[in-house]
Amino acid sequence: MVKTFILEDLDCAHCAAKIEEEVGKLEGVLKSTCTFLTQKLTLEIDESKAGSITKDVKKVVKKFEPDVTVVEQ
Amino acid sequence: MSKRLKKRLIRIVICLVAFIAAMVADRLIIKEEGGIPYYVMFAVIYIAIGYDVIKKAFTKLIHGKPMDENFLMVIASVGAFFISECDEAVAVMLFYQIGEWFQAYAVGRSRASIKDLMDIRPDYANLITDDGEKTVDPTEVSLGDIILIKPGEKVPLDGVIIDGNTTLDTMALTGESVPREALCGDRIISGCINLTNVVKVKVEKEFGDSTVAKILDLVENATAKKAKTENFITKFARYYTPVVVILALSVLLIPTLIFGGEFLTWLYRALSFLVISCPCALVISIPLGFFGGIGGAGKAGILVKGSSYLEMLADVDTVVMDKTGTLTKGVFDVNSIVAKRADEADRMLELAALAESYSSHPISLSLKKAYESKGELDKNRLGEVSEIAGKGVVAEVDGAKVYVGNAGLMELYEFKADMPEDEGQTICHVATENGYMGYILISDEVKPDAADCIRKLKDNGVNKIVMLTGDRENAAKRVAGQTGITEYYAGLLPGDKVDRVEDIMGGHTGDGKVAFVGDGINDAPVLARADVGIAMGGLGSDAAIEAADVVIMNDEPVKIALAMKIARKTKIIVKENIVFAIGIKVLILIFAALGFASMWAAVFADVGVAFLAILNSMRTLRIAKSDR
Repeated sequence: MVKTFILEDLDCAHCAAKIEEEVGKLEGVLKSTCTFLTQKLTLEIDESKAGSITKDVKKVVKKFEPDVTVVEQ
Repeated sequence: MSKRLKKRLIRIVICLVAFIAAMVADRLIIKEEGGIPYYVMFAVIYIAIGYDVIKKAFTKLIHGKPMDENFLMVIASVGAFFISECDEAVAVMLFYQIGEWFQAYAVGRSRASIKDLMDIRPDYANLITDDGEKTVDPTEVSLGDIILIKPGEKVPLDGVIIDGNTTLDTMALTGESVPREALCGDRIISGCINLTNVVKVKVEKEFGDSTVAKILDLVENATAKKAKTENFITKFARYYTPVVVILALSVLLIPTLIFGGEFLTWLYRALSFLVISCPCALVISIPLGFFGGIGGAGKAGILVKGSSYLEMLADVDTVVMDKTGTLTKGVFDVNSIVAKRADEADRMLELAALAESYSSHPISLSLKKAYESKGELDKNRLGEVSEIAGKGVVAEVDGAKVYVGNAGLMELYEFKADMPEDEGQTICHVATENGYMGYILISDEVKPDAADCIRKLKDNGVNKIVMLTGDRENAAKRVAGQTGITEYYAGLLPGDKVDRVEDIMGGHTGDGKVAFVGDGINDAPVLARADVGIAMGGLGSDAAIEAADVVIMNDEPVKIALAMKIARKTKIIVKENIVFAIGIKVLILIFAALGFASMWAAVFADVGVAFLAILNSMRTLRIAKSDR
């Protein structure tokens, strides 16, 4: 399944690339694309992870960009 | 400007003024080097301008992810304090913040201009219910509902006009500035703006399936399909930063430990190294360039489904085109009437149009259309009609028999018909009981800008243009001649087209890509097979929007050349940025190692270059405009 998150106040392109990479390493994430310009993180994930993925993503984002707010779409 | 950005600007201005005041105070009043007032003064300004950067650097350090620009800036500026260059420490932080501010501002601007492009989402629909008109969300309207669209409102859903005539502004979808007429019975597309009159529309598609939702979805996800260059830069950045950090360490350690260089001098150089190392210029400006190219193309009515396709489009050197609907209008028109007796031309057309008036064959429609510009068709004059399959019709008009059809029909009824040379047009003979009258030439007209498109494609570096068609050899030859295409294949079945494109791709050498252009209705397999599939007239054709990589929203072939031009220019701008950013950085890195570059130059190499690269990227938004 596909899940999209808006990363509010994401204003560092380098961090977007890092977030994409790190989220991609999470268990159950098949594909991760973070687009700096649209401030969107689009994930292809395993159905079984649907419940816990938001928490995991927030954790990763907090690590790289503490100012960014993750909004689930 | 957002509130957040404004706050940051105010803070920067205050700190800048304080910094200048402190510099003046330092030179004129304190004068004494390294005194306590000197440290305190600059330390206060430093914290005022840099507290958020310091905080970020520390949080990341705690999380074990220290390698980013905040961290680099903190190390560099703290290092400058350490070697008693307090004003430089503040300057580094100040200029870093100014640069960051400009970056945020530029990125915000381009985000906004791209959002403007996508300002086609309808906010509401006026649903007609039993209790009168109700304003609802477009997603709540179901199939078959009747909605009311007033002048100035966006068409919220695809449907058919059941009451009223109006004109539509399709600018946002097609880039076309001339309004389009929409009459009762016409299909209209969501995303257009109703200009003149109130119309009632019967909804034919739910919001999720409507044109506007599809286009929005497509554009919003366009940047997810990243171009090769973008992926390259991401990879590059991954190795680049650690490499520079190691280099910075060796700049510090090798001269001091091995050659006994002065520790502070080399520390300063190593710190400059770190400041330069941030790959931000590349990481921001390259996707921004592609994004701008896609956005600018969108404004011109060209949808590109991803930066990877924009990049491929730039490398296209072979274009394969479908004939009907792409180069020609796909609608038949009466070209000329050749009558035995010149004064009978109008009468011939009248008889032919009447005889064919009950048929919906494209040829019949063209006769009717040609006649209707001259007078009203009175179907009461028509008697019995019998159709001779594959030949034509025999109809009674005003009580007398009229024969309209091809040479076979004339032969069948033993008329001596003229046989003009076959130039690829359809020949429709007309005869009455009194004898043969003449023939009418009908053909699918070449679009007015088709020849222009072919010429512009060649100007843009396309060296092979091939036309494919299911039509007859002679019809293909005529269109090829009129447009300037030298290579064509006629009489192809839909399946043959795929084979042809595969042949062309197989026989193709070098890095150039093969594009196929079709109208998308029965070309879906070919569109998918080519390197880049371009669909024409995407407005209203779902199949085209889904199968193609690039969709030309209206049906002007010249837009294909424009799309290619945008792709090429975008690629050039992206390349400029790569060369410029890497070039300046390497240059300043060398200067820094040799001790020629101050911390100021280092800050310029970081944020200044990023800012300039962003400005350059934003030019991509305007390529389409400059073409007009």
